[in-house]
Amino acid sequence: MTARRVILAVALLVMATVPLWVPGNYYISVASDILIYAIFTLSVDLLIGYAGLVSLGHGGLFSLAAYTVAVCLGAGFGHFSAILLAIAVTLAGTAVFAALSLRTTGVGFIMITLALGQIMWGLAYRWVGLTGGDNGISVASRPAPFGITLATSAHFYDATLIVFALCLFAYWVFVNSAFGGSLKGTRDQPRRMSALGYHVWLIRFCAFMFSGFLAAVAGILFAYRAEFISPPTAALTASAEPVLMAISGGSGTILGPVVGALLVEIVKNVASAYISRWNMMLGAIFVLIVMFMPEGLVPGTARLVRRLRAQRAKAPTT
Amino acid sequence: MTALAVRDLQKSFGGLRVTQGIHLEIAPGERRLIIGPNGAGKTTLFNLIAGDLRPDGGSIALFDRPITRLPTRARAHLGLARTYQIITLFPKDTLLRNVTLSLLGLSRLRWNPLARLDRQAHLIAQAESALARVGLGAMAHRSLAETSYGERRRVEIAMALAQNPRVLLLDEPFAGLSIDERGEVKALLASIPRDITIVMIEHDMDVALDFAERISVMHFGAIAVEGTRAEVVADPRTKEIYLGE
Repeated sequence: MTARRVILAVALLVMATVPLWVPGNYYISVASDILIYAIFTLSVDLLIGYAGLVSLGHGGLFSLAAYTVAVCLGAGFGHFSAILLAIAVTLAGTAVFAALSLRTTGVGFIMITLALGQIMWGLAYRWVGLTGGDNGISVASRPAPFGITLATSAHFYDATLIVFALCLFAYWVFVNSAFGGSLKGTRDQPRRMSALGYHVWLIRFCAFMFSGFLAAVAGILFAYRAEFISPPTAALTASAEPVLMAISGGSGTILGPVVGALLVEIVKNVASAYISRWNMMLGAIFVLIVMFMPEGLVPGTARLVRRLRAQRAKAPTT
Repeated sequence: MTALAVRDLQKSFGGLRVTQGIHLEIAPGERRLIIGPNGAGKTTLFNLIAGDLRPDGGSIALFDRPITRLPTRARAHLGLARTYQIITLFPKDTLLRNVTLSLLGLSRLRWNPLARLDRQAHLIAQAESALARVGLGAMAHRSLAETSYGERRRVEIAMALAQNPRVLLLDEPFAGLSIDERGEVKALLASIPRDITIVMIEHDMDVALDFAERISVMHFGAIAVEGTRAEVVADPRTKEIYLGE
C-alpha cells in the first residue's frame, strides 16, 4: 500500500469517526461547516484552478440556494421539493452569472462576478418581504432521509460527509475527464484551443454550471446546518473566503480546497475561542503560505516531500 | 476548385489599413510561400484566414465553401489547421497530452465529463503516432518544459498534422531554429502528403524557396508580386521591396 493510500485511509477513518471523538455538538457542527465550505471551495476552485477564472460572486450563488430552501420551507414546501427548487433556482442564477461574466476574462471577469454577488447581497438585504432583510429567515426543520432524522449534530455531520464524499468523487471524475482536459486547455491557451476546434466560451459556461451546482449543494447544506440565513451569507467576504481557502490550500488540486477550508474554518471557529485577534493570525498564516508555499499547502507539501526524498536518495550510504 | 480562396480581403486597426484588397487563390495540394518585409501584414492575413480576426471586407473560402463568418473552431472542423509564429503550446503538459488535446478538439469526446482522458487508448495511440511522425516518439511522456525550442516547433507541427487538415497554415516554422533543426523541419515538411495544401510564411529564403511552388510577396498589406519561384525572383519589384530602390 502506498503512502498516499495510507494517508487517504487514515483521513477517511478520522472523518467518518468525528462524532465519536470530537467533544460536544459545537465542534461537530464546526466539522460539518468544514465539509460544507470544502464543497463551496471546490466550487470556486473549479473556476480558479481549472478554468483560470477568479470569481468574487459565488457567495451570491451560495446564498441563493440557502435562501431558496429557507423561503420554500417557509412557504410550506416539503424538504425534497425545496432542495430540488433550490438547485434549479441556483442553476438558473448561475446561467445568468455565467452569461454575463464570461463576456470577458481576467480583471473584467472578477469585477462582473463581484458586481453580481453584490446585487445578490443587495436583494437579500433590501427585499425584506421575501428575505426578511437584516432579520434573515429561520429554517424550521431538517429533513429526515430514509426515516433518519438529521436534527442532531452527529447525524447531520454524517449526512454532510456522505454528500461531501459524493461531491468530491464527482469533482475528481469531472476534472480528470475529457471535458476536464478541455477545460484546462482553455485555462492555458484559449486562442490555441479555438484553433484546435474547441468552443472555449461554451466549455467555460458548462464548467460554471457545474461550479454553480456545487455552490448550490453547499448553500443548501449551510441553510440546514445553521437553520438560519441572513444577508452576511451573500456579502463580499462570503465570496472572498473560498477564494482564499482555495489559494491557501492549493488551487487546481482536488485536496487543496479541502485543506484550505479546514485551515480557515478551524482558525475561525476553534482558534478564535482562544485568540481574540484571530483575524490577524489568519492574515499572518496567509502571508506565510504565500511567502513559503506560493502554490498552496497541498502542492507545497508535495514539493517538500519530493525534495526530501531526492536528498535521501542522493545521500551516500555507509 | 481552389483549396483556399481569399478575395478582396480588408482589415484595418483604427486608421491603419493592415490588409488592402488581398487576392489569393491556392490550388489543392499546392505549396504556397508568402513572403514580405516585417509589417507587411502576413501574420494578420493568417489570423484572418484562421478566424482569429474578423475582416472588415472581402471573403474567404475553403474548398469553395465560404468561411468568412465562421468562428475559428468551425474552420478547424472544416480542415483548417495552423501553427503560430510565437509557439503556442500547453506548457504544463507532456508532449503526448499536447497532441492528445489536438486530437480531442475534433472529437465529440471533448464534451464528455465522465470518460477519463488518460484512458482513451485510441486517442493516445494516434497522438503517439503523430509524435513519431515528427521524430518525437521517444519523448512523448516528457514535459514540454524539458524540451528545446526546435522540439517545440515540431510539437506544433505534430499538433497541426494530428488534426488531419486539408489546408495547413505554417507561420514561420523555421524561426529560431538551428541549422540542424532547420534541416529536420524541412525534411518533415517535405514528407507531408499532397492531399494537404500548405501555405507558409517564412523569412528564411534558403529553406523556403526550395519548398515553395508559387510565391506571393506582400507589401503594405497587399500582394505586390505573385508567381513561380523563378518569376518572383526575377521580378524587379521583389528586389525593390526587399532592398529598396
